[in-house]
Amino acid sequence: MLQQADQIFILLRNWIVGFLPAGWQTAAGVVLGVIGIVVVFPSLFAIAVLMERKGLGRMQNRLGPNRVGPFGVLQPIADAIKSLTKEDIVPLNADAVVHFLAPVYLVVVAFMGFAVLPVGRNMVLVDMDASLLFYFAMGASTEVSIFMAGWSSRNKYSLLGAMRAVAQMISYEVPLLMSSIVIVMMTGSLSLVKIVEAQNQYTWGLPHWYIFTPWGLAGFVMYAISATAETNRSPFDLPEGESELVAGYFTEYSGFKFALFFLGEYLGMLSISGLGTTLFLGGWSAPLAALNWVPSWIWFFSKVMLSIVVLIWVRGTLPRLRQDQLMNFAWKFVIPMTLLNLFVAALWRFMGDGWLRWVVCSSILISVYVVAGRTGMQREHFGPRSYRYAE
Amino acid sequence: MLGEGILKGLAETARNFAGSFVSKERLTTVEYPEQRIPTAENARVFPFLVYDGTDWEAGLRCVACQICEKECPPKCIYIEKSKDKKPDYVGKMQIYPVRFDIDVSVCMSCQICVEVCPFEAIKMDTDFELSTTDRFGGLLHDRKQLARSNEYYHTIHPTEAAEVDGRLAEEKVKAEVKAKAAAEAAAAKAAAAAAAPPKPAEAAPPARPAETATAPKPAGGGE
Repeated sequence: MLQQADQIFILLRNWIVGFLPAGWQTAAGVVLGVIGIVVVFPSLFAIAVLMERKGLGRMQNRLGPNRVGPFGVLQPIADAIKSLTKEDIVPLNADAVVHFLAPVYLVVVAFMGFAVLPVGRNMVLVDMDASLLFYFAMGASTEVSIFMAGWSSRNKYSLLGAMRAVAQMISYEVPLLMSSIVIVMMTGSLSLVKIVEAQNQYTWGLPHWYIFTPWGLAGFVMYAISATAETNRSPFDLPEGESELVAGYFTEYSGFKFALFFLGEYLGMLSISGLGTTLFLGGWSAPLAALNWVPSWIWFFSKVMLSIVVLIWVRGTLPRLRQDQLMNFAWKFVIPMTLLNLFVAALWRFMGDGWLRWVVCSSILISVYVVAGRTGMQREHFGPRSYRYAE
Repeated sequence: MLGEGILKGLAETARNFAGSFVSKERLTTVEYPEQRIPTAENARVFPFLVYDGTDWEAGLRCVACQICEKECPPKCIYIEKSKDKKPDYVGKMQIYPVRFDIDVSVCMSCQICVEVCPFEAIKMDTDFELSTTDRFGGLLHDRKQLARSNEYYHTIHPTEAAEVDGRLAEEKVKAEVKAKAAAEAAAAKAAAAAAAPPKPAEAAPPARPAETATAPKPAGGGE
């Protein structure tokens, strides 16, 4: 029975596909999987938006939306209706084709990432050998969409936002990849399915998640920072900084295209949280061996939503960074730390089992973190202004 | 250590998040249509016309002097004078406004009409829910919509209304005393006239001040 609950979606798909002739079954199975992704993740997007608005409200001692439905739970539906019925305005000077393609491209690419994420036991749409590579290829192409939007709007704020976005996303793409490569080194596979399977083992009832190792924890922290920057979330939301750039690259978007950008952004958040879950938090595996009876997809989705909650929490806490702080942080702190993490992971691998590797690896990481934080990331102290030529 | 401040900040927001569910003082939101804060006594939104007694039409204090119409900076008051007269609070016969309209969309709530009114006839209301579905006729309030009783004025601005009432009562007493004195003087004159042979130059002294007061007006306008 529990076995069936775990595999309920697979069984459902097989049952539906069973009605079709043999030649059509593979294609129909894929189509059903796509429908599943296209239905489930936008619903999660609606839930995430509601959680964000209510949660941010509470963090600021407000009530948040509470008018539509009981406690405002129907707010996402109202928002959807609003954005669907709004007028779609394209600026006269805009490059209409690119202006239209940018949001579509963003959403398509965001959905592509979900194709390789294992959302449960046997539940992955495309089981590729190099699914991690595929995922990063898809994730990196969102930058193209953002630049398309900024460029085609023919508006200085859009373009500034797009330039910032490209600078930021390319800078943080490097640590994102570097922190994930550690996992590939330890697992020996680029397949996300294999990565989850490697973590789905238990000693004394505790899981072998990579976050519970020194290099895994460090990698997870770096991954979380770069993922936040990758999805343009606060405190890294410079590309759309409302206070200086109106809305950044989607200043000139209204109505449904704006909604698509919004959807694309949240889908990006969901998928990057899903990847983080898969890489560091054991994907669909249960946090305790005793809890293995709970269906695997429940674990995956609860971990993803938990990551979203953390992202909302961070958004409610931190103010926006300055552009130079952002770049300094990426190139002077995060990237060196991920490089060090690669070294530590290699050390961990070759030191063999035992307590010694725990001590050595953690002490290297902690000491470098403390020293780099003290020296590299110290606030610059500006003295009194001096004039060289005046006076 | 790097990141310490971030953890402190996260703890702070978490405290706020949890606290907003527990303590009522944290949530300062007033859910407006259902809950309201009572308006401050010196709040002002839009002018209204004060009337005494129960009949709004008879009790209107406005005498259609048109000072407010002339002083209004955005020119949102439209007054039409009556042909006939009716007694005011003192009992003196006065003309009254047949039409007194104020345009809500033009009014800027400056209170200048209130300050210039010599008859305490126009005051500021605190009712701010003035929206309407008809943006042309609905925004032009006529005198019936503008009329509010003196009791209503007392409920929204108690201190100010009491002051105004005192002043008006004082004026009424003064007017009564004056009228009595005038009547007495007239009676004395009449008695004197009856006793002595009549002198035509001093025949009607109470009527003369009114005539001299109105006489310079057309001359001033001509200059």
